[in-house]
Amino acid sequence: MATPAPTTVLSSSGAVKAAPWRDPAARPYIEVDRVTKSFGEFKAVDDVSLKIYKGEIFCLLGASGCGKTTLLRMLGGFETPTSGRILIDGEDMTGVPPYERPVNMMFQSYALFPHMTVEQNVAFGLKQDRVPKAEIAERVATMLDLVKLGSFAKRKPNQLSGGQKQRVALARSLVKRPKLLLLDEPLGALDKKLREHTQFELISIQDKLGVTFVVVTHDQEEAMTLASRIGVMNQGEIVQAGTPSEIYEFPSSKFVADFVGSVNIFEGKLIEDEPEYVRIASPELGGIIYVSHGISAAPEAVVWAAVRPEKIFMSTAPPEGTDNVVRGAVQDIAYLGDLSIYLVKLPTGKVVRITQPNTSRHAEAITWDQQVYLTWDPQSPVVVTR
Amino acid sequence: MKTAHPLQKIGITGRGLVVVLPYLWLLLFFVVPFIIVLKISFSDIDLAIPPYKPLIEWIGKNSLAIKVNFNNYAFLFTDSLYISALLNSIKVAFISTLFCLLIGYPMAYGIARAQPSTRNILLLLVILPFWTSLLLRVYAWIGLLKANGVINNVLLSVGLIHEPLTMLYTPFAMYVGIVYSYLPFMILPLYANLEKMDWQLLEAAEDLGCRPWQAFYKITLPLSRNGMLAGSMLVFIPAVGEFVIPALLGGPNALMIGRVLWDEFFSNRAWPVASAVAILLLIILVPFMMWYQSVQARESAGAR
Repeated sequence: MATPAPTTVLSSSGAVKAAPWRDPAARPYIEVDRVTKSFGEFKAVDDVSLKIYKGEIFCLLGASGCGKTTLLRMLGGFETPTSGRILIDGEDMTGVPPYERPVNMMFQSYALFPHMTVEQNVAFGLKQDRVPKAEIAERVATMLDLVKLGSFAKRKPNQLSGGQKQRVALARSLVKRPKLLLLDEPLGALDKKLREHTQFELISIQDKLGVTFVVVTHDQEEAMTLASRIGVMNQGEIVQAGTPSEIYEFPSSKFVADFVGSVNIFEGKLIEDEPEYVRIASPELGGIIYVSHGISAAPEAVVWAAVRPEKIFMSTAPPEGTDNVVRGAVQDIAYLGDLSIYLVKLPTGKVVRITQPNTSRHAEAITWDQQVYLTWDPQSPVVVTR
Repeated sequence: MKTAHPLQKIGITGRGLVVVLPYLWLLLFFVVPFIIVLKISFSDIDLAIPPYKPLIEWIGKNSLAIKVNFNNYAFLFTDSLYISALLNSIKVAFISTLFCLLIGYPMAYGIARAQPSTRNILLLLVILPFWTSLLLRVYAWIGLLKANGVINNVLLSVGLIHEPLTMLYTPFAMYVGIVYSYLPFMILPLYANLEKMDWQLLEAAEDLGCRPWQAFYKITLPLSRNGMLAGSMLVFIPAVGEFVIPALLGGPNALMIGRVLWDEFFSNRAWPVASAVAILLLIILVPFMMWYQSVQARESAGAR
């Protein structure tokens, strides 16, 4: 699937039904307060503040090296912030070592103890806390049933498949009933089919146990599926935090628009700036973009209009009107089964990406080099100023 | 189809040659000498060159006499010298192995956890002594340990002691020599094992409530078991038969089986008894060698 849009519906029906982040009176469960982490001159995490609420699945999304893993490791206590502080359930975690935090982590490599059986791996944390034996046995069995590994209790990790290891790691980190579970690329090592399946399993387990999750991922589709909210990170900063649909439909910057999903970005200048609409002249597009809502930008400012590929319509007959219409030639077509991707080259040289669902089995085919008209709804473009 | 090389037609392949060569080497320089030693151990002593009587003899016409003499072995058990030398050797080897492990483990651990760039330098430092002959290094210890040696002089000059300590020709000097000489054999297999360790396991253990020392005890230590066993065998097996170090540093009272063997062979010219000692030593060490082999096999199979 190229468009994550349909799956966002599922995740918004996930653990957090209400939206506590919209309620100023709600008490955040995890508070990252102006945290910076420097390695020498390099700031891996740069003045990040974040409020995460109980029961959320919060995804830190970003490319590798953006600081998301460092931030996660600071929540786990494996790195100490250079400045700023982290509060979990109102408690300041500064100076609290990992083994005393009410936090557990699922490592990217799973980090299962190779010399212990599945059962011993899961029981490890409880034994460490001197939980009574009978209770350990019961909690381990319940947890293994939850991740559907009851019959694998006596196996060693090297006798398990990747998906099974992932579930052991999940069981091991959940069995201590942490206040916060940190997941570092939880599905990264799984193949695509298993990953999709496991995503929904993770959500259902999280829903059952009500544990707050913070997930690190570089995979925007994974973030979209899992998250109640996503924090998009770039160069150590959180550039935007919001629900998956907010991030996708209302990106606050060119970076976010481009990073989450694919997008066509047209640079232009504001030529009409009214409260109800704006018009942007874009030499790149070779036309006028009409947007049916106001924006806050200086007059004559350089702005960027971002239009998602699935929101552009393609036709062989000229549509009505002159705004939001351009002509171009089909340069390339990729047939993906459920949808097709078209690359249309405009006279200006700009290549526009369009996706169209293949709703009919015998659609009249648009072919290579064909002249087509592109148009979009005036509500579709997102105008960003940076 | 590829045509076979002429050599392949008569059953000689490159792969075969690669396997055969080390076997030939072992046959020539290990199995044959071993059989000779075994043969001598069953012979009678003789005042001749070589100083033993042949095992197989033509007596008269058409008759061959094979005279197998078990006296040499029986002798080993009647004279308490041999058994006590053997027991003492095992004790010395065991204690030396223990000290090598205690000193070598932290060193191997430190190297394995060092930055990759410093790691190579540290490893080089461990291997560096091999570039000098063992004998020279043992003589250097004499210079360090003797009554007017470096250590005594330093201690005297700073006023920690008022009389030189007797260190040379004591068990202490012998242990120092053995532990020093065999330490690299402990460090290298341990390092090879620890270097493969996934350090994230320690973070996982800490995450699950372990203090760092508990994580070490519950994760690192059991996972490095094979490395410890391999290193210990590499120290213990040769240390049992060690001759040079006890002879040079241990003084006249250091009763080691290797030394007894040497004396029987060169001082008493009792080749048959010396051979019997060698065979007995081998029989005692074979189980340890087999254990080492199985540890190695497990280690390379990756099953921990």
